[in-house]
Amino acid sequence: MSDPPRPPGTESLLRFEKVSLRFEEIVGLDNVSFELHAGDTRVVLGAAGSGKTTLLKAAIGLIRPDSGQIFLFGKEITGLKESQLFDLRSGVGVLFQEGGLFDSITVEENVAYPLLNRSKHAASLEEAETKVREALRFVELEQTMEQYPSELSGGMRRRVGIARAVVSEPPLVLYDSPTAGLDPITANTIMALIVKERDSNDTANLIVTQRYQDGQLMANFRYNRSSGHLEPASSNGAGGGLGSNPTRTIFMVMKDGRVVFEGTQHELEATQDDYVQKFVPKHS
Amino acid sequence: MVASGNAGARLLDFLKPPVAAIQDFYILSGRAVRNLFRGPHYLDDIFLQMDAIGVGSLPIVILTGFFSGFVITMQMSRALAQYGATDQVGQIVAITLVRELGPVLTALLVAGRNASGIASELGSMQVTEQIDAMRALGTDPIQKLVTPRMIATCVMLPLLTIVADFVGLIGGYVIAYFQIGLTTSQYWTNAYQALEYNDIAQGLLKPFVFAFIISLVGCFYGLRTTGGTQGVGLATTKAVVAASVWVFVVTSLLTRIFVNLH
Repeated sequence: MSDPPRPPGTESLLRFEKVSLRFEEIVGLDNVSFELHAGDTRVVLGAAGSGKTTLLKAAIGLIRPDSGQIFLFGKEITGLKESQLFDLRSGVGVLFQEGGLFDSITVEENVAYPLLNRSKHAASLEEAETKVREALRFVELEQTMEQYPSELSGGMRRRVGIARAVVSEPPLVLYDSPTAGLDPITANTIMALIVKERDSNDTANLIVTQRYQDGQLMANFRYNRSSGHLEPASSNGAGGGLGSNPTRTIFMVMKDGRVVFEGTQHELEATQDDYVQKFVPKHS
Repeated sequence: MVASGNAGARLLDFLKPPVAAIQDFYILSGRAVRNLFRGPHYLDDIFLQMDAIGVGSLPIVILTGFFSGFVITMQMSRALAQYGATDQVGQIVAITLVRELGPVLTALLVAGRNASGIASELGSMQVTEQIDAMRALGTDPIQKLVTPRMIATCVMLPLLTIVADFVGLIGGYVIAYFQIGLTTSQYWTNAYQALEYNDIAQGLLKPFVFAFIISLVGCFYGLRTTGGTQGVGLATTKAVVAASVWVFVVTSLLTRIFVNLH
């Protein structure tokens, strides 16, 4: 299991310590531990019902674990009240499956929501409008500001969801199946936006997905700010160290709430575990 | 010994879900009421809901109120005719409508129209993760969704009931004047004099209590929705049935209290 190297003393943005939770008879998470630091990307793969979404929701306190500890920005959140969590959550961007957009308000109001409804330091209307426009320009949907989510395609809704997740420039962004149900071209567009967001703002990313290609893109590509395009990351060789993992992307595979694999893309492709191998296409 | 132990465990398993549901309902209600005294207050949402619940229900409340007064007068005039007391029909219509039928019928209409609307709206938001998104974005869904609906229903239902009572009396007047042959002054004086403060008090307290039940039951089932669109349908049905049953239970209790007070 290889975590990306980092300067000593760097505090993690998100840490799970032996977290377990059950939904009556069903195991949600079973003894899950991992850490996520600034600039890290963690791609969580797993079959449906393996606990990926539960993990993501537990990370921001939407679901409480039965045992173990979860640290968000260094603060233990499992015992916090909902009102105390609101401040911590304002430092986290979340893209829900299907976008999770509010269908009774416009795209502009959706993207402005995190800025105007914060429990503390809510933005002014003018400030919010500027940031919303920037966020929508980032996902190339500035023209949809006045439209309602129901008027957009699935891919566009997902892009608006990304704009809403990143509009407040959070240091940590969680993506729940960002490409589920999308055609390959749209899925690549979405992942390219996520890479662009990661490298533009140096955010930490936790990406839950069923598509190996999503992780592959995160691990092997960088956004070049000067050219404005994605390009292959500098090194993709075998072995440990940052040189072999320039994007600091770690893959994690889940089964029945447990983490059954954790490692780099190279380690994932080399694994002999039957279940884990199912997520790695044979030709890669 | 083992058999009785198993039966006890089965009974506990059987009782656990309804007890847990009642506990959850009280927690939701407590938090919704507590939010009345805590910010932020979403005034826009309150007015929006007042429009949907109050103005939106007005046509059907007027229609139902009118015809209930109309029907009560026809039925009562026939019964009173046996005692030669048809001129007292205004009194019976007023008491029946203001004390019981106005509040209950209006509450049932609003339960059918709005408890279902609230449950399906919140249920759809739940299954499409909009509620989770709201929490993730730093908003308390109870503060934003439940409390405004509760306030709006508590303001609008008593007003709708007053409208239903008045329109019902007009419906009664139409029959009294055109079919029974009472004069305008006979009907309205009789109806007005029959009402006491106790009647007005229970006629206004009941819709206020019903409003809590309807809005909170709708929100409760909406927020507990699971299982996609099928779950939304189920939540909607449960909300209407539960709200309607509770309206009858509570009106029985309140009537008992007011009868004893009198």
